Amino acid sequence: MKIESVLQSIPVFNELLDGIPHGVAVLDTNLCVLTLNRFLEAMLGYNSDDVRGVYGDFILRSNPSFRNQVYKQVLESRESHSFDGDIITRRRKKIPVHFTLTCLHDDKGRPSGILIVLEDSSVVKVEDYIHHEESIRNDILGHSPQMEKVFELMSVLSRTDASVLITGETGTGKDLIAEALHKSSQRARQPFVKVNCGALPEALLESELFGHVKGAFTGAVTGNIGMFRLAHKGTIFLTEIGDLSLPLQVKLLSVLDDQEFFPVGGSKKMRVDVRVIAATHRSLRSEVHQGRFREDLFYRLNVLHLPTPPLRERDGDIRLLLDHFLRHFGTKLGRRGMHFSSQALKYLNRYSYPGNVRELRNIAEYSANICQGKIVGIKDLPQYLFRPLDSLSDSQPVLVSPNVSIKEKQTPVFEVQEKPAVVTRTGGWADMEKQMMLDALRESGGNRSKAAEKLGWGRTTLWRKLKKYKIA
Amino acid sequence: MKIMITTRGDFVSPRFDLSSEVIIATYYDQQLMGEPRSLILAEVSAEMLCDIAIKEQVACVVCGGIEEEHYQFLSWKKIKVIDAVIGACSDALQLALENKLKPGVILPEIRTGKVVT
Repeated sequence: MKIESVLQSIPVFNELLDGIPHGVAVLDTNLCVLTLNRFLEAMLGYNSDDVRGVYGDFILRSNPSFRNQVYKQVLESRESHSFDGDIITRRRKKIPVHFTLTCLHDDKGRPSGILIVLEDSSVVKVEDYIHHEESIRNDILGHSPQMEKVFELMSVLSRTDASVLITGETGTGKDLIAEALHKSSQRARQPFVKVNCGALPEALLESELFGHVKGAFTGAVTGNIGMFRLAHKGTIFLTEIGDLSLPLQVKLLSVLDDQEFFPVGGSKKMRVDVRVIAATHRSLRSEVHQGRFREDLFYRLNVLHLPTPPLRERDGDIRLLLDHFLRHFGTKLGRRGMHFSSQALKYLNRYSYPGNVRELRNIAEYSANICQGKIVGIKDLPQYLFRPLDSLSDSQPVLVSPNVSIKEKQTPVFEVQEKPAVVTRTGGWADMEKQMMLDALRESGGNRSKAAEKLGWGRTTLWRKLKKYKIA
Repeated sequence: MKIMITTRGDFVSPRFDLSSEVIIATYYDQQLMGEPRSLILAEVSAEMLCDIAIKEQVACVVCGGIEEEHYQFLSWKKIKVIDAVIGACSDALQLALENKLKPGVILPEIRTGKVVT
């Protein structure tokens, strides 16, 4: 019996379709509309009787059914097919829809039409989007424009399945970002495996990554499936990829290209479906130039590049992170409501944080532990903050006490040392003098007389030096 | 005056944003001034189509389903949009020339069920 006959002979059939809380369309084998249920009529803005005999695609206006290819495929394969897409209604509204196409058969088993169910997924999409944005932002703190850019890029990257290369200085949150990317990707329910390429010697790393068979080498009394197979269907995060040895880089490249590899000592090829996220604090491009990193692997990994900004470039985030970590550690120690004094904040805001967020976190932890009250002052900050960078390496004693006021010392050198000492440049006297002048000018709002006074110089001396350093 | 119709084969394309072909016809006093021009786009893009309509100084756009955003944009640019048209583009063009084409119309020839798309 043909589907048209079914529709006409069984009046209850249309009522049945109307009872379904989704849009339903029935097309014949010519892909023309036979009927629409009431829900779809309301969704599209067409009456079922008006569109009977019209090509389904002209009425549904869906995006995936390019020239009816999908409908034809369902008729040919006789299998159900479902996918996400959208439709444009007569009222010019674009609605995201989940399509389910099912082939209908007559009593002889021949295809007699297609049943299309359209599930409005606009509500689900909005929720997904909000959840997606939240999940990315939950773990990573930052409101600076630089971090906003990272978040924007992350929400794009998490929707793809391509390899991602995260670069940035140590402590900028590369691991957190990689994990957030995994959690918000399609592979979120699958494993996330992190491997530090710099932590293990080459031979061990190979077996760690790709696994080994029993007896592959001395001591291999049991087999090991390896990180790549552990991460099957999920994500593998290769941190410090810049430290990977050249022979392993070749093997990694072949895995990335073919998604296949041989375990150490094995003769059976293993196939994996893994997304690779790599991270490094090195400049891979310069490593390539120096011949320490394979160019082909670099280009293979560098499909999507996510640079993480250092903390000193993140406007306004230092204060946010300081407060967050101090509150966190204060609560842990049973001292709620801890905060930094304004003077301590002044120091901390001017510090350059070479160790980025990791260092800031440690400073907050140190201060929370050392401080006996609720207000963290300068004396509660780690003393190394007040030493010049170069003195840290050779363990020189503290050069300047943070408690020394600028008023007590009038020499220009001291003005620089009064700030957290790491801010001072290590490029010699010329650089330091230049920096001092710039700082003095900044503090005096560009007034040269005041700046000269601050520096303890005459106005002419300042003018001469400005000329010398080409600042004026 | 010019009319632009987004097409798919011989028919008005079901969706404006997914149209890769357009025909542009110049007319005067309900008469065509020569053979309509056909343009094939390198990629499908509603923005590109809006751009073409403006650059070609089209007075009327005939299309299938169009999003409100693009409809409003073209209307703002003083381009008349006759949307949700279902049928052969030659018939749609003829009716548009005669000023008889209405938005949402389903032209009768489309119901044959023998349309090759």
